[in-house]
Amino acid sequence: MKALYFAWIRERIGLSEEDINPPEDIKTVDQLIDWLIAQKECYAVAFANRKLIRASIDKVHVHPQASIASAREIAFFPPMTGG
Amino acid sequence: MWTPTIRVQSDDFNPDTETALLTHRRTDIGAIINFTGFCRDEAGALSCLEIEHYPGMAETEIHRVADEAKSRWPLQGITIIHRYGRISPGARIVLVLVASRHRKAAFESAQFIMDFLKTQAPFWKKAHHVGKTQSEWVDAKLEDDNAAARWRVEE
Repeated sequence: MKALYFAWIRERIGLSEEDINPPEDIKTVDQLIDWLIAQKECYAVAFANRKLIRASIDKVHVHPQASIASAREIAFFPPMTGG
Repeated sequence: MWTPTIRVQSDDFNPDTETALLTHRRTDIGAIINFTGFCRDEAGALSCLEIEHYPGMAETEIHRVADEAKSRWPLQGITIIHRYGRISPGARIVLVLVASRHRKAAFESAQFIMDFLKTQAPFWKKAHHVGKTQSEWVDAKLEDDNAAARWRVEE
């Protein structure tokens, strides 16, 4: 699946998007974050404050417990500050 | 039936032109609320705001908020424009136009739309300061979450 990163999460990871291939036992958004954190230091830094992490699957806001089973595009971003 | 006009763009917009488009050949509109949000500077410290967005999802979320407003109030037209990219102090960032027969629906729905845009539409502001190379991401405000939460309908 494609992973997208925005704002300071993008800066800390050093990428705006990449293809990721989590193993099959990774079922939810929360588990995906844990898996990413275990891959590389930059993810651990980007996702350190879990309260400030928002996610969307295929451009729809989702909760941390949402299933990633059918996700084509998953995005991680901080709370929004538009308007 | 009408559909809301939604645009996400880097270019500036003209609120008068958008209002004229919304009211063109209409005699049934009783009220229009024009909310324009500007890039605000405090004490000359801000060089510019850089607004990042999630293309595609930004438009989708704004449409969702507009449709929700349309279902809650008797409205006759909605135009929402949100800019991205570098925006200088004093420049326009966001436009919300709402047309309805009576003022109450127009006032309330315009406020509803802005409250939800702030917390649901994927835009992020970064502040660049005069004379500094460091820039910083603007923090989300708890009061914005509270402002959006007060519209929640008890199921």
